[in-house]
Amino acid sequence: MIVVAFVSFSLFNFVGDPVNSMTGIDASYERQAEVREILGLNDPVYIQFSRFLGNVIQGDFGISYQLKREVSDLIAERMPATLELVFVSAILAIVSGVILGVYTGIHRDSFISNIILVVSLVGVSLPTFIIGILLIYLFSVILGVLPSFGRGEVVELGFWATGFLTASGLKALILPSVTLSLFQMTYIIRLVRAEMMEILQTDYIKFARARGIKENTIYYKHALKNGLIPVITITGINIGTLIAFSIITETVFQWPGMGLLFINAVYFVDIPIMSAYMIMVAFIFVMINFIVDITYYFIDPRIRLKEEAS
Amino acid sequence: MSFLEVKNLNISYPTRKETIVASKDVEFSLERGEILGIVGESGSGKSTIANAIINLIDPPGEITSGSIKMDNNELRDNEELIQKIRGKKIGFVFQDPQTSLNPLFRIKDQLIETIQTHLNLNYQDALKKSIQLLEEVGIDNAEKRIEDYPHQFSGGMRQRVVIALAISCEPDLIIADEPTTALDVSIQHQILELLKDLTKKRNLGVIIITHDMGVIAETTDRVIVMRHGLIVEQGDTKELLTNPKSNEARSLVISVPPTNKKIDRFRLISPDGKEITADSKNLTKKIIKTWGVREKNKNKKILQLTGVTKIFDDKSLVNNFSFGSKTESTNKVEKAVDNVSFELFEGETLGLVGESGSGKSTIAKIITGLVGPSNGEIFYNDISLYSSKRKYQIDKSRGQIQMIFQDPYSSLNPRFKVRDIISEPIKLFQKNINKNELTQNMYDLIDIVGMTRQSLDRYPHEFSGGQRQRISIARALATRPRLLICDEPTSALDVSIQAQVLNLLKDIQDELHLTMLFISHDLPVIRQMCNRIVVLKNGSVCETKETEELFNNPEHPYTKELIRLMPKIESII
Amino acid sequence: MIYKTFNKIYDTDIGYSFFNSKIAVISSTILFIILLCSVFAGVVSPYNPFDPATVSLMDAFTPPSWSEGGSSSFILGTDQQGRDMFSTIIYGSRISLIVGFASILFAMVLGVFLGVTAGYIGGKYEIVVMRITDVQLTIPSILMALLVNGIAKSFISQSMHNDMAIYVLIFAIGISEWPQFARVSRASTLVEKNKEYVSASRIIGLSNILIMFKHILPNILRPLLVIATIGLALAIITESTLSFLGVGVPPTTPSLGTLIRFGNSFLFSGEWWITFFPAIFLIILALSINLLGDWMRDALNPKLKIR
Repeated sequence: MIVVAFVSFSLFNFVGDPVNSMTGIDASYERQAEVREILGLNDPVYIQFSRFLGNVIQGDFGISYQLKREVSDLIAERMPATLELVFVSAILAIVSGVILGVYTGIHRDSFISNIILVVSLVGVSLPTFIIGILLIYLFSVILGVLPSFGRGEVVELGFWATGFLTASGLKALILPSVTLSLFQMTYIIRLVRAEMMEILQTDYIKFARARGIKENTIYYKHALKNGLIPVITITGINIGTLIAFSIITETVFQWPGMGLLFINAVYFVDIPIMSAYMIMVAFIFVMINFIVDITYYFIDPRIRLKEEAS
Repeated sequence: MSFLEVKNLNISYPTRKETIVASKDVEFSLERGEILGIVGESGSGKSTIANAIINLIDPPGEITSGSIKMDNNELRDNEELIQKIRGKKIGFVFQDPQTSLNPLFRIKDQLIETIQTHLNLNYQDALKKSIQLLEEVGIDNAEKRIEDYPHQFSGGMRQRVVIALAISCEPDLIIADEPTTALDVSIQHQILELLKDLTKKRNLGVIIITHDMGVIAETTDRVIVMRHGLIVEQGDTKELLTNPKSNEARSLVISVPPTNKKIDRFRLISPDGKEITADSKNLTKKIIKTWGVREKNKNKKILQLTGVTKIFDDKSLVNNFSFGSKTESTNKVEKAVDNVSFELFEGETLGLVGESGSGKSTIAKIITGLVGPSNGEIFYNDISLYSSKRKYQIDKSRGQIQMIFQDPYSSLNPRFKVRDIISEPIKLFQKNINKNELTQNMYDLIDIVGMTRQSLDRYPHEFSGGQRQRISIARALATRPRLLICDEPTSALDVSIQAQVLNLLKDIQDELHLTMLFISHDLPVIRQMCNRIVVLKNGSVCETKETEELFNNPEHPYTKELIRLMPKIESII
Repeated sequence: MIYKTFNKIYDTDIGYSFFNSKIAVISSTILFIILLCSVFAGVVSPYNPFDPATVSLMDAFTPPSWSEGGSSSFILGTDQQGRDMFSTIIYGSRISLIVGFASILFAMVLGVFLGVTAGYIGGKYEIVVMRITDVQLTIPSILMALLVNGIAKSFISQSMHNDMAIYVLIFAIGISEWPQFARVSRASTLVEKNKEYVSASRIIGLSNILIMFKHILPNILRPLLVIATIGLALAIITESTLSFLGVGVPPTTPSLGTLIRFGNSFLFSGEWWITFFPAIFLIILALSINLLGDWMRDALNPKLKIR
């Protein structure tokens, strides 16, 4: 985390001249010096860094160069949109991914399995934005049933503006979440399938068969439990990937979330937003990693209980 | 009518190039209360037969014809019947206790699940029965241990659990596929006694598959000898071992190292049935010319270890963060080698013998610099091998110490041709060698180990285990060593191949005046190969003696125990 | 002689598996054709769409030749500036492929070197390298590439942007992909390190570098090949995504992603082909690479038994 904060900080201060961006290139030399003084840019590096950290912890990320507003406000505004989208996509991807993955792992050669696999392969080969465009084209332009941009109507619950509670909000959610989840879903399907196939060849499965345990029990109790362990790690990384890919999806669908904010920031070299986004995202990743590690600890007894000396 | 009757069993594996016949016209029978052994070298088809009985042959293998009848019910092609029988009438024990149990389920659950699948018991009764079973197979404190996970048991205990699972539903037939190969000699003895016990008590029919003749001698009533998928001989164990008729059986019996006396060379039977006498060793005379004459100085101390200790640190983060079990684990220190001292004189063969965990391999690694000692001194020709900073000084030994390893499959780089494997060390030590000399060297080496010159252009995977060990020996000899360390060189080989390779080692040692450090857990082999023996247990030296004295007059209780427990083929003859 | 080599390859397990798998053969043929076209773009494509002399606005928005208003001189139609779609696609795929290959090559060299050394040397070095790998792996590659791209761009003055853009892009995508190679090479190195032929080499006295790169490396190539292939597809997709978002290759040398971006604005007004054809081409490219990689993974996996 500290590393990320430091990188953000260096970005903030040393990359490009912030003062120039803020005051405009034409501002006079004196004006620039003034601004520099106000921003405390003349202080030694470590003081600036601690100030930076202090600000960050309090949630103050500074002011956007381009939009001239408090970055923290901007983020707070956009966050619910992104989080709702990511949440729905995650559930979609994980649930369908695991189910289909298990099915294709068990019924290796069936016709349906092969179809699922082909579709999943295509899914991995399609960049997210193309999926988005295709879906928009199909459902908005040709069929005209689903909106192609924006979030629909939102309901304000305190500071959180949710789209779950309105019909148009839900409708607007469908296309982007399907787009976002498709890539992940196909990845999960292939991963779960590979796991299942490998597990079904182990000795302990063979031994269970030799003991007369029924096939279904072997599949859904023994194999599945072992197979889910890597899925948990993947879920963690998954959420991270979804947040990243949401940038693309939000661009295609003009979804007002953090991703769109970030892309514009990159385009305009709007450093405060960039660094704030980095910190937020890094924080989320670290949290997720931590949660995954803890979950792992509880699920795999080999990590929890020490081995006996042989 | 016998309990189990197998007739005309044919199993084959169709691959794209050809169809491999795994077993051909196999026929045998088994009665209740009887232990039948199936013995043969690797690839002879023994496991396949066992798997066939419960129809769990790995695809693409399949039974092409024959009949398997149990209590006069045909099992073959009767998937429905087999499903009911597996576990209920037939219990199976696999070789590797590490991988046989599902690591995520408690022992309790695995036992109860098996019991409830076949017997009509409710949870409480099944639990009671499970605890009884664990007690029967000799697990102490069963009521508490049943809550544990597989990885919390040691190898031997795990195998007991596997046996408990196999007998849990009161089967009539138990098939054990190499049940003790992965275990130490003392544990092996216990498990075999357990099996014999259960056979009598429950009147079971038992089939044991193994390649170890000692196990056959001590455990089985009747035995089947297989080779290349065919049964070459079968009969009463005692009868067959004292009077083997077929060549294969004779070869197996005769190659087993005797446990009760010392012989010069291991005996071998050639495929046409005649005994092979000593090979001629004219080739080595040429090598000695190029290597220079070496004098045999029996009193020169070539290697000395003093107070060598090695502690392996368990640095895993999990240990540091384990919330619950902090009590014993973090304070236990793993002493792989504990204050070991011994000497090695020129020209002799010193044996290091011990079970797993005794530290013998670690000592070999310390001598060759693969692992550094935590404490102690190692001298080669009176020069310390380790600097004051505990760094291995390989220039001090200059290629004079070489090693041969246990696993023939991982000791040769699969991507190198044999000629590259052998020439690499030659080129390293004789930097300016010209092409002709190099080739001559390679030819000499490959001739010494008894392989053809064409082998030089092939890859390791084209050779069998025994041939690969020969290549390893050639590589080791390439640097013209004076001390050869053999770390379990034949433990992974079949008994007759073992005899060949060990004879080769003996010959090479004689002709090239080599000193050998021979490491093994196999007492009969050690007896035949070594002049003196060091017995190790848990990293410390128990006893150091001349071979014959050790076997005739062991002092240390551990040594006595080992000698008592080793499977003796003579026990039956 | 060719016949003999062909037979030799056919005889090996992999060769047999390859020629028997329709998918493998088809996808590699497609790939091969695409590669050839890109390399010889000047010869294959009917026009050079980036030579202003050959382009005229009069030809803009011509639909594909089989629909109304189309002409046979522009098989797939033209875009908003009058450039022939077929040609732009061929030139565009060339850029996509160059960026893809170069970045994966970069990632592979960096990743394998770090992974093998980390696995072999161990100690603090390994811990540090692995930590970096782990941290970077949690960050999705797109994000990584975006960030690196953005940061690098702010170091370079405006005027140099366009010239350096491709190199920056290759660097960015390469940086985002190297951890995968590092992780797999390290894991494989650890496995090989414990094998006895490595011990034998150490006892003989070979230097560590020789052991790592002469002995161990050839043995870990198989899984690396699979990852490289799939990584290539991913790199191409990443590049096209970045170009689509506007932060990839400069518009003067458009890749397939850029082309799609160009055409996106015209999707709703009816000139669908400007986006459609580059998109289809990209999909076919990525799909064939993935199919090939998929087949490779199954063919090179010793654990999956023959069926």
